[in-house]
Amino acid sequence: MSDRRDFLKTMGSLSLAFYLPLDLKAAPVAAPATTGLEPNGMLRIDADGTVTIWATRTEIGQGVRTSQAMVIAEELEADWSRVKVLQASTNPKFGDLGVTGGSQTTRSTTEGLRKVGAQARELLLQAASDTWGVSKGECLARSGQIQHPSSGRQLGYGDLVERAARLTPPADPPLKSAKDFRILGKDIPRVDGPDFVTGRAQFASDLRLPGMLVASIERCPVFGGRLKSFDASAALKVPGVKKVLPVSSGVAVFAEDTWSAFSGRQALKVQWDEGPAAKLDSAGIRKQFEARLTTPGKVVRKEGDAASALASAAKRIQATYDAPFLAHATMEPMVAVADMQPGRCKVWAPTQGPAWAIPSIEKITGLKAEQIEIQVTLAGGGFGRRAMSDFVLDAVECSKAAGVPVKVQWTRPDDFQHDGYRPATLHMLEGGLDDQGHPLAWKHRFVGPSIAASNHFPWPPEALELSGASDLSYAIPNLQVEWGQSDTAVPVWFWRAVPASFNPFVTECFLDELAHAAGRDPLDFRLDHLPKSPRKLGRDTFEPDRYRAVLELAAAKAEWRTRKLPKGWGRGIAGHAYLDCGTYVAQVAEVETGSGGSIHVRRVVCAVDCGMVLNPRSVRAQMEGGIAYGLSAALYGEISLKDGRVTAASFKDQPMVMLPTMPKVEVHFVPSDLPPGGVGEPGLPPLAPAVGNAVFAATGKRLRSLPLLPLMLRKA
Amino acid sequence: MAVFNLSVNGQSLKVEAPPDMPLLWVLRERLGLTGTKFGCGQGLCGACTVLLGGAAVRSCMTRLGDLRGRSITTIEGLDPKGAHPLQKAWIEADVAQCGYCQTGQIMTAAALLAANPGPSDADIDQAMGRNVCRCGTYLRIREAIHLAAGKRVAP
Repeated sequence: MSDRRDFLKTMGSLSLAFYLPLDLKAAPVAAPATTGLEPNGMLRIDADGTVTIWATRTEIGQGVRTSQAMVIAEELEADWSRVKVLQASTNPKFGDLGVTGGSQTTRSTTEGLRKVGAQARELLLQAASDTWGVSKGECLARSGQIQHPSSGRQLGYGDLVERAARLTPPADPPLKSAKDFRILGKDIPRVDGPDFVTGRAQFASDLRLPGMLVASIERCPVFGGRLKSFDASAALKVPGVKKVLPVSSGVAVFAEDTWSAFSGRQALKVQWDEGPAAKLDSAGIRKQFEARLTTPGKVVRKEGDAASALASAAKRIQATYDAPFLAHATMEPMVAVADMQPGRCKVWAPTQGPAWAIPSIEKITGLKAEQIEIQVTLAGGGFGRRAMSDFVLDAVECSKAAGVPVKVQWTRPDDFQHDGYRPATLHMLEGGLDDQGHPLAWKHRFVGPSIAASNHFPWPPEALELSGASDLSYAIPNLQVEWGQSDTAVPVWFWRAVPASFNPFVTECFLDELAHAAGRDPLDFRLDHLPKSPRKLGRDTFEPDRYRAVLELAAAKAEWRTRKLPKGWGRGIAGHAYLDCGTYVAQVAEVETGSGGSIHVRRVVCAVDCGMVLNPRSVRAQMEGGIAYGLSAALYGEISLKDGRVTAASFKDQPMVMLPTMPKVEVHFVPSDLPPGGVGEPGLPPLAPAVGNAVFAATGKRLRSLPLLPLMLRKA
Repeated sequence: MAVFNLSVNGQSLKVEAPPDMPLLWVLRERLGLTGTKFGCGQGLCGACTVLLGGAAVRSCMTRLGDLRGRSITTIEGLDPKGAHPLQKAWIEADVAQCGYCQTGQIMTAAALLAANPGPSDADIDQAMGRNVCRCGTYLRIREAIHLAAGKRVAP
């Protein structure tokens, strides 16, 4: 116990001295525990009426700090203007922080958060009824007050916390009915908005601890290479550089400030053993995939007999599609701060997976989990990248090596060249139509690296590669989907929407090809070939009515059947049922093409069914964001390799959509009472196929390779 | 190392640093003005944008030794209360997602509005067209600039 107290004391005093964000100054360990109501680690109500909520998922721009607080505040019947949001750390009082990803937060935490708020509300109701000597049933909780309507009495939550804190929280508090929601379902602005526009918001890159050094790590440019030797003499002469030390990811230059660390790194001379990947290039990987594609893969969905049906089809088409490796390119390059001291290690990191980092930190430091605390910070973008622990471990290792607090700051080239990339894939599809033009057979074989296998996740190798392929939304009587594992030295990882970032491009474009072969309108062809009833696909159930509704809504709002487009323009439609997070999205893209091979996406009409909409403006933002992120990838996104090296080092090498290339986006909701689904990823999958289909409609050119723009230019 | 006289957010300051140190790092690490962000260090993303004598510049590409006494305005100095029309409009339009690029976006927009109080969509696209936002807040950025411009003419 005394260790723990010392630890807390240390934290308390340090938090005063540190140059830290507001969040950290008010870290829970420093808060007095005498006068507030704290029925749960995530929630505290103080005697002055302030409601403090600790977000347990990482804010990567998806608005989770706002949405988690809204859910608790709703059930609590809090006065939203008195709600303050802080960020949880790995301190056990907050419970398991899980992993922020897979658009899972809303689906997996909402019920629990409602209970947190409801428990506190029931305690406050009980405290008020005890105070007034009336039955609890006569009291109402409303906007930060308990009211007794028949006598007109009311008490603020702050006045009740002392009494409420002595009561036992009910295990199973009643939850509000959705029709009584006053916060959920409203356009609530981001809680961090004011800090973002004044520069007060503090990211991990903004932290500075007393005595802290900044380190920049030179890494082997080839994946899997090893350090042979280094000469630090010139680096150590750079003003501000303090040490140069080998670490597991390369050679770290420690300096008083970031610029000196970067400058020192430029003066560093390193010899690498580049290892077996030194000859790796994009053409070689393509050849490897092509070879793998000639042999059968693991059958991941089979209905009927696709081979025989193809042989007997009245019309048969075949196509090859591919998608490249992609970098995440968050706006804030990877960064973390660690302070390892004897017996403890504190880390400040914009990590999406704090719990995943802890076991590795135990290994590096020799400490036990309870001696390690990760304070999750704001993250300048995430998109899955920050669920990797590499950048967190860099900081821990550097602090251990240097014996002082250390911030490890990645550069933009580091960020592009040492990512965990969206897997590249190669696909072969065959489709057959019967003599009525109905789809009879569908065979899809694709190959690529396995995220699960290469990261040693305890799942089958295909676990993270199939969405958008094996869960094909259409009723085709003879269907076979195969996936073949083909790993390379390129590290692969989650990237916004994971396999649904490439599979729907392939399947929704090939479906368009079938529609074209059948002489049918792409929308009608889709609507005519949906399953008649819900069907179980893996863990989830595909509900054709929900899919139909988003297709029809997007088409209606885009005036699919009536709107006349100018010459050179085309429209395309695509949808994706993101079963894993319970959200269905369809998009219609309107694209202007030019004779020189230009593609300008001018308008995207997006229909979404994400169940109950918790915060419409925020869901719209996620759809806009998914479309922008998906469009950068669709038009320009490609990580290429030459001599074992990623060639992209800047936003010039890897352009992004910017304001002039951003299409007009219209988001429409299918009304729903279903439990709320995730929205961080589902806006992305339909975008690339909608654009590809629109380019075909405009030009008759079928683009089967991502990114689209270079291909279009080649075909022009 | 040399000593440089700077004017930052209306204050005269002395900074001791190498002349080739980019203004970005002077602001962030010598002066503690961390609202100006490091996005690429290559002048390609705009997250580090500040005003130099009223013009939007990329502080990562601006060397300390080249400042020559011109006045610098950062997001911290845009308005003493954080209530510049752009800041208010940014909140009203709920622009930010992760928030990281937004101070650079706002400073770029501030230079635009100072030169052109009533910009068209095309003017906005032109002025803002080199700032990257990976979250994709572009449409709301345009909306917020229009909002701020409107507020200026009809307070």
